[in-house]
Order: sequence, then C-alpha cells, then structure tokens
Amino acid sequence: MLNTFDILETIKMIEEEHLDIRTVTMGISLRDCAGEDIDRVAGKIYDKICTRAEKLVAVGEEIEREYGIPIVNKRVSVTPVSLLCDAITAEDVEPLAHALERAAREVGINYVGGYSALVHKGFTSGDRKLLSSIPSAMANTDRVCSSINVATTRAGINMDAVKMCGEIVKKCAELTADRESVGCSKLVVFANAPEDNPFMAGAFHGVGEAECAINVGVSGPGVVLAAVKRAGACSFTELAETIKRTAFKITRMGQLVAAESCKRLGAEFGIVDLSLAPTPAVGDSVADVLEAMGLGTVGTHGTTAALALLNDAVKKGGVMASSHVGGLSGAFIPVSEDSGMIAAARTGALTLDKLEAMTAVCSVGLDMIAVPGDTPASTISAIIADEISIGVVNNKTTAVRIIPAAGKTVGDEVSYGGLFGSAPIMPVHDGSSEAFIARGGRIPAPIHSQRN
Amino acid sequence: MRAVITVVGKDTVGIIAKVTDLLSKNKVNVMDISQSILQEMFAMVMLVDISDASVQFGELSKQLDALGDSLGVKIHAMHEDIFTSMHTI
Repeated sequence: MLNTFDILETIKMIEEEHLDIRTVTMGISLRDCAGEDIDRVAGKIYDKICTRAEKLVAVGEEIEREYGIPIVNKRVSVTPVSLLCDAITAEDVEPLAHALERAAREVGINYVGGYSALVHKGFTSGDRKLLSSIPSAMANTDRVCSSINVATTRAGINMDAVKMCGEIVKKCAELTADRESVGCSKLVVFANAPEDNPFMAGAFHGVGEAECAINVGVSGPGVVLAAVKRAGACSFTELAETIKRTAFKITRMGQLVAAESCKRLGAEFGIVDLSLAPTPAVGDSVADVLEAMGLGTVGTHGTTAALALLNDAVKKGGVMASSHVGGLSGAFIPVSEDSGMIAAARTGALTLDKLEAMTAVCSVGLDMIAVPGDTPASTISAIIADEISIGVVNNKTTAVRIIPAAGKTVGDEVSYGGLFGSAPIMPVHDGSSEAFIARGGRIPAPIHSQRN
Repeated sequence: MRAVITVVGKDTVGIIAKVTDLLSKNKVNVMDISQSILQEMFAMVMLVDISDASVQFGELSKQLDALGDSLGVKIHAMHEDIFTSMHTI
C-alpha cells in the first residue's frame, strides 16, 4: 500500500501550500478558418472554438473532483490571429477579437490567448492590420489576450516592431484609462516566444503545433517555500536538491492531469509547463521563496543568484518528471501578482533595474510592472528593447508586460483585484531614448545564432 | 477505480465506524486501512475500490465532506493515481 507519509504530504501541499494546476490550456489551430470575408472568418473562429473546447470546462471540473486537485483555470490558445489577417480584405480586423471574446464566454473560460503576431523579422500586411487593432481590441474585450514576438535569437530584433510596441502599449493604457489601464495587462511583447506556453497573457498555439493540443501549467511557489523553510540553514547543494525533489513531485501531478485531460478531450498531449507562478495570496509568492533562502528582502544583493538557483532547480526537477516539458518552465516574477514583490516594490527595495537583471536568469521577463502614465512611448520601447536583448543574446524567452498607468505617477498604485493583484508605480529613468528608438531597422542576430 | 480516503483531525470516538458505515452504504469496498495517532492528531488512510459503488465519485466526496464536518475532521477522497504518480518513479 501507499506510504501514509507520502499521502499526507500531498494533501498538505494542496490544503496548506496552495498546490494547484494553474491552467489546462487547449491549443486550437485556426488555420482552416482563413478566408477573405471577415464576417465569415469570425464565424468560423467562433464555431471552431465552441466545438473543440465545448467540454473543456466540464472535463476540467470532472478531473478536479476525481483527483482532488484544484484546476484553477481552463483556457484556450489559438493560432496567431495575424496569420488569418493576410487574406482578409477588410482593413479593420477587430471583429476577430470579438469573435474570440464571444467564444470564450460561450465555453466558459476566463481567457483566450492568440490575438498575436510574430514579427521578429518583418511585417506582412496582415501583421500590420492586427497590430494596429490591438489597443482598441484590448479595450473592447475582457477575455482576449494578445502577444507580439519582436525578436528571436536566430533573426535578431525587429526594432521597427519594438518602436511600434511602445506606441501600442501606451495606447492600450490610454484607451483603458478608466479601468486602471487594464488593457496593458493582456498584452505581452516577446523575444523567443514559446509556441506551446499554457500561461496567459502570452499563450498562443504555434504554427508547428497539432490541430488540437493540451498544455498544462502547474504552479506551486507555496510548496517550494515550505520545502525551503523545512530545509533550514543547509548548503546551496542541499537547497538545490530540495527544490529539485519538490519540483519533481509537483510536475508529476501535472503530467497525470495532462495525460488524463488529453484522453478525455481527444486532444494531443502538448507539454507540461512547471512554472512557479505566484498569486497575490499570502504564502503563494516567489519573493517569499527567495527571502526564505536568506535574503533580507527581495531586490537586495544576492537576489539574482537566488533566483538563478531556484529557476534552474525547478527546471531540472520538472524535466525528469514529465515526458514533454515545454512552455516557459521556471519561476515567474510578476510584480503585481506576488505579495512579496509588491511589498518590496513599495519600500523601494525592488527597482526596475534589479528586475531587469533578474529576468536574465528567470523564465520570463518584466512582468506586470506599473510605470508613470506620462512615460514616453519611446521610453517604453527602450525598456522593451533592453529586455528583448537579454533574451536574444542569452538564447532564452524574455517578455515585457508593462503598464504605463494613465493619470498616475510614482507613489500611486494600480489595483486590479483577483489574480492580477496590485502594483505600486515604479520610477523610470528620465534620460531620453527617443533618438535611439527612432532609428528603426533591425538589430542583427548575435554571432552565436550562427550554429549551422 | 481505486481511491484513497484520508481522515485527519482530532481523535474522537467512532470515526472509523462512521466512515466505514458511510462507505458500505454506498457499496464501496475497503481494501486496506492504516491508522495512526500523530501528535494527538488522528490520521487514517484507506485504500478503497469504488468500481461497484452505488454513487458517482463526486457525490461520494460530498457525503464524506459532510461527514467530516460533523465529526470535526477533514476527509479527502482522491484517485489513487495522484499519489502513485507523485511519489513513485
């Protein structure tokens, strides 16, 4: 029979340490929805999602009941919508976002990702149509998430796209000024975007993916925190080992839920993504894990090293536990969604510059960071350019989800409630980046991209 | 399908009797029981077979939840696979 200790450990992880499946995300290909007439395309998109994801929520809840594991979100990601925009004759493609919104409401999911464009090397006419519609689409929908891939290690950085992204982010903030600029929280700018990421707002169903695939995102900062605390004042070798073992157990659960979901939904097994994704709940914080390692506050000297150890140990434990690991897998550091990060940002211990350094070793990037509403678009673009360069040169995914909160300045806060939490406005540097961003063109791919 | 039922809480008279009574009424076969008192906390783990159960798993969980509330203990019923996948390679 099973070991009593093991059984009680699992129950404790779920009951007291916030262990959960953060998301079961169904990736759906929309490639067969292409056409010239926008109304027909919108209709096909709606029908396809409603048919394919009809049982997603019901099956998720069924698994949740049977296995006793909370599945917090059931979501859908789709083929980057810009691919459908090329053939469409209409100039305004926003109706496609509304089709996604209607489908999300119909199947009962809180987010659908994929109002996206991959423009790391250049734009097609469809990409341009989609990009210009993003601000208004984000303002007029609640459940649609958008992402823009502006660079890859192989292609370099499309600085025209980076410039445009600064302007799009600003416009998203302005159009949703009455709602704490919430439009920006649904928009991610990527370098090396993964095509199988189950986490919002950056999820989309890549062009190399199957017709329909299930990607599962597992979380558990609370479980890792408890394990680190139990490990006490051990050496780094032992600390890394403890985190690896914990990550292994958590990912095994994700693997089981992913396999079961695929069987019941008739979809391909995509990947399991073990990412320590914090929530604003106390005890579910990545910052707390870093502080439990011995830091007085997150953001102080040693934070980057602590995060590097955490991210690597999580990956190593996860890789062993699942047949296919993918997505982002590692540790997320979204400021507004992590109670420890919020506290450190409020006291000024955690700055934008330190966060940028941390993103060089974590799995994502500058995430859910609020900056003054009067920050120029060129400065937003420059922040994006810095972050994207880290990803391109280090051959990893980096991303920016930044909120230039309209009408707010340092000392104010934005507050969304729920999973998005709240964030103090962080100061940005005053020096202008205008002339730098105005250059346009592409930053060439780094030398180590030449691997053939 | 086999499930693991755990009962954790302050020890009182008749916990095992009441849980097994509920299970037998729902035609759930108990295959193994292990019980211990950890730091004054009652901890029981049961492996049960619910293939011939007269109710759906969700309904059984609900009944066990309610019983747990009335006894002042926490009762969980979970699919056996969750534990084997997490704790064995």
